[in-house]
Amino acid sequence: MNRLTLFIPFALCLALGAFLFFSLGKDPLDLPSALVGEPFPEFALEELHEPERQVSTDDFDGQVLLVNVWATWCFACRIEHPWLNSLAKDGVVIVGLNYKDHRKLAQDWLQERGDPYQFSIFDPRGVLGIDLGVYGAPETYLVDAQGIIRHRRVGVVDERVWNGEFRDLYQQLVDEANAE
Amino acid sequence: MQSNSRPGLGLLKQVGLFLLLLSSSAVAVEDVVSFSDESLRPRYQQLLEELRCPKCQNQNLADSNSAISQDLRAEVQRLLEQDLSDAEIKEYLKNRYSEFILYRPEVNSATWFLWAAPVVLVVLGGLIVLRLSRRKKTDGTEETPIAVRSTDQQQRLDELLNRSKQGSE
Amino acid sequence: MIAEYGHVALIVALCLSVAQAIVPMAGSFAGYRTWMRLGHSLALGQLVFVAISFACLTTAFLQDDFSLQYVADNSNTLLPTQFKISAVWGAHEGSLLLWALILAVWSAAVALFSSHLPLVLSSRVLSILGAISVGFGLFILLTSNPFARILPFSPTEGGDLNPLLQDFGLIVHPPMLYMGYVGFSVAFAFAVAALIGGQFDSAWARWARPWINSAWVFLTIGITLGSWWAYYELGWGGWWFWDPVENASLMPWLVGTALVHSISVTEKRGAFRSWTLLLAILAFSLSLLGTFLVRSGVLTSVHAFANDPERGVFILAFLGLVVGSSLLLFALRGPVVQRQKGDAEAVSYSGLSREMMLLLNNVLLISAMAMILIGTLYPLIADVLDLGKISVGPPYFNFFFVPMTLGLMVAMGFAVFSRWKKTDANMLLQKGMVPFLISLSAALILPLFLAESISWATYSMTAVITLGASFWVVTMSLEDLWQKLDRGSSKAASNVSSRLKSLTKLPGSYWGMQVAHIGIAVCALGVGLSSVYDVQKDVRMVPGDRVEVAGYEFTFDNLSFVQGPNFGASRAQISAYKNDRLVAVLHPEKRKYEARNQVMTEAALDAGLTRDLYVSLGEPLKGDAWAIRLHVKPFVRCIWLGGLMIGLGGLLSVMDKRYRRRRKPSTQSSTRSKAAATEATAQ
Repeated sequence: MNRLTLFIPFALCLALGAFLFFSLGKDPLDLPSALVGEPFPEFALEELHEPERQVSTDDFDGQVLLVNVWATWCFACRIEHPWLNSLAKDGVVIVGLNYKDHRKLAQDWLQERGDPYQFSIFDPRGVLGIDLGVYGAPETYLVDAQGIIRHRRVGVVDERVWNGEFRDLYQQLVDEANAE
Repeated sequence: MQSNSRPGLGLLKQVGLFLLLLSSSAVAVEDVVSFSDESLRPRYQQLLEELRCPKCQNQNLADSNSAISQDLRAEVQRLLEQDLSDAEIKEYLKNRYSEFILYRPEVNSATWFLWAAPVVLVVLGGLIVLRLSRRKKTDGTEETPIAVRSTDQQQRLDELLNRSKQGSE
Repeated sequence: MIAEYGHVALIVALCLSVAQAIVPMAGSFAGYRTWMRLGHSLALGQLVFVAISFACLTTAFLQDDFSLQYVADNSNTLLPTQFKISAVWGAHEGSLLLWALILAVWSAAVALFSSHLPLVLSSRVLSILGAISVGFGLFILLTSNPFARILPFSPTEGGDLNPLLQDFGLIVHPPMLYMGYVGFSVAFAFAVAALIGGQFDSAWARWARPWINSAWVFLTIGITLGSWWAYYELGWGGWWFWDPVENASLMPWLVGTALVHSISVTEKRGAFRSWTLLLAILAFSLSLLGTFLVRSGVLTSVHAFANDPERGVFILAFLGLVVGSSLLLFALRGPVVQRQKGDAEAVSYSGLSREMMLLLNNVLLISAMAMILIGTLYPLIADVLDLGKISVGPPYFNFFFVPMTLGLMVAMGFAVFSRWKKTDANMLLQKGMVPFLISLSAALILPLFLAESISWATYSMTAVITLGASFWVVTMSLEDLWQKLDRGSSKAASNVSSRLKSLTKLPGSYWGMQVAHIGIAVCALGVGLSSVYDVQKDVRMVPGDRVEVAGYEFTFDNLSFVQGPNFGASRAQISAYKNDRLVAVLHPEKRKYEARNQVMTEAALDAGLTRDLYVSLGEPLKGDAWAIRLHVKPFVRCIWLGGLMIGLGGLLSVMDKRYRRRRKPSTQSSTRSKAAATEATAQ
């Protein structure tokens, strides 16, 4: 081996070290949604409280809104719920997606803890969940006035997360919608 | 069953039916997952091994017991029954769960290095071996010490030395 | 109190290792013999104190001392005793203490068995090992202290050891694996010492060789045990997942294998010097990298210990320091090591010589390692570069690894016959004729018989290739052995006793090579045939049902409920029949461990050389029914049998008398060792 090739292992080691350093702190299971920039998937499911009522993307009604995936079996959802209630009070439109749950249990749950949702989609078999790429509750999607998904969060949305990830984008989308 | 008209034959028929029921219990055992066409099953198995459970700690859909894996297995089965090809099924799931769900990374601008590097390495290594093997030639003079003989060459050397010793005496 | 003794002992050990890292090295430069000799005592002292610390932690487990955070997290009063002991290394902090203990063991071994080495070299080796011990000691004491207490409110009951770990596998696999990982630190230390001293010759290679081979044996057995354990424990019949943690053990093994081969070239021919040094550094670097990957949370794995970026920073810094400085030293001092008198110019070798074969071996092994490294790290790299979250799994790794292994096996067959410096191509072709024909016939014919015994399997190309490659390696190896025996026996009477006598004359490293190579063939056979002819059925059964799988009939006899020491289980009895003869009675279980409320499947196996019967319980279904998974896995046992053979081969090499005796003339190799001694003193 000549003089310079002897330095190749060292150089590779430095490069690798740099990559490893920058990878620390990144969560390998924090998946980006495949649907960011795509329209919210079409669906035709029953509403949670009114089984006779069929809901679909038409019910989004050109609003900027959050779609929140929740279930009674999901512990983290209980932690998230108070903040969602407070957001709803502030005028943020939230649509619930009750994921793989029992209708009665879900209705009681909301009765107990407050219902921030304009309406709740009842998806007992998780069909809309699969179309959205849901893999666990809670998850929250930000949808713009044209029905395009703009952001997804897997995990609890509390005040910190809202301020960090959602608030500015939400405000921007609302302003754009109002401008039209 | 005509067990009352002729007791002997009737009994035989009863026993026969009983035996038939016994043996058919092997047929009555059904697969947990059933397909309208059995040829779908190997494709199903193969796909489950190539798809990743989105929320597990590195498991494929075949091995994972999580709720989402069960749902996705059912989905794969449904799509197979709908006559989609393997590639279409993977595309369908990739559109919903991102490329993360594919254990076999696609070949695109983000993964060209991943797929090319091993090939380049082997080819490069092969070229080095070739170049070294052509460049170096054995020279007639033995400069290296005797230590490098293998067992049988050592023996032949001994024999030759012995013979030459005898010859010189 | 005992925990505090353990903690203090660890601190003392750290102080000793600091001294061990500095004093002998300084002494080697200044020429102070007392300082240099101090390394030996310090290493032994360090072992004593780390052992005390380890014993204290073990005692805490045995006494159910839940005031220790680590014990509370990983043990339980109902945990059986043998698992309480193995729980010591069941999680992050304790496994690091095991690392430190094993490092101390290897250092002490070097101290005890290095009397024939020049003091300058052995003192430097011990210093380098001391420096590594300092790193681990600091890491444990500063970030991962197993003796940390939960006060003032200590729990009265522990969280229990993860049920998957409550098994014999945990008792044997990690210690073996760590012996391997840590063992390569000795090779590393030898390499760095050589770079520092600038003295690097065949003598160095002869001294280092037993250490390298032993570490490699341990790692081989460690990996084999891990695969076997995953197979029967995880419940789904798989034995290798290309999981990052598994890859972290395979990569040093591949480099170690390359090193084991490369060093023989360095020893016998004085060639491949820089390369051997680089491999020695690389093997241990990959061990350390593995430690980082498993404990930092940057990669997802079922085996991963803890997701703690803070610990990750420490390990990364340590890793960077150790690997970076050694590679920098390599780059700077490399030329010094290469330029030995009368050497580099004289070493020449041509196309099919043994040197070339071993070079090819190294190229393939290192390419395989690099491929695995790239595949394992790619998700991480892609994430950092914002290319998205990409998964790299078994399809990728198998795609490349299988052809590389096949290439190695083909070369292995030829390599056995290759000669140093020059090999006659015609001779190779001639030697290869008969084995080639045998292998070809076996490859084409056997799959027909295998297909018959497993009723529906079709003729498979994979089986053909696997059989061909395995038979090729075995027949070529046996032919070489035959040839050596033939030559070895006296010309006049080539009878049995004379042949047998020449058997004993063959050196240990030759036997090692043969056994290890055949072990690879056996392992490859197991891998190929079990994946082709594996038959699996997932069925819904109630007690009384019968189902047929691959020529075997399985009946679900009954279901009962059993109580274990710390779990309750539903236990099925399943009988297996072949041709109406009872072959095995299997008891798969679905266990619920009370402490963690965790459900686990315990598969039932009937092991055999030609096939395994593997049954596991899935989910309970409506009524009395259960989902049951039944496998018939042909030749799967060959995988681990092959692994053990490979390890045995390495062991035979380690035991080779030529490397253990100090230049004492022995029967066959007297000429060789005398000549080697001449060579060493001449330089």
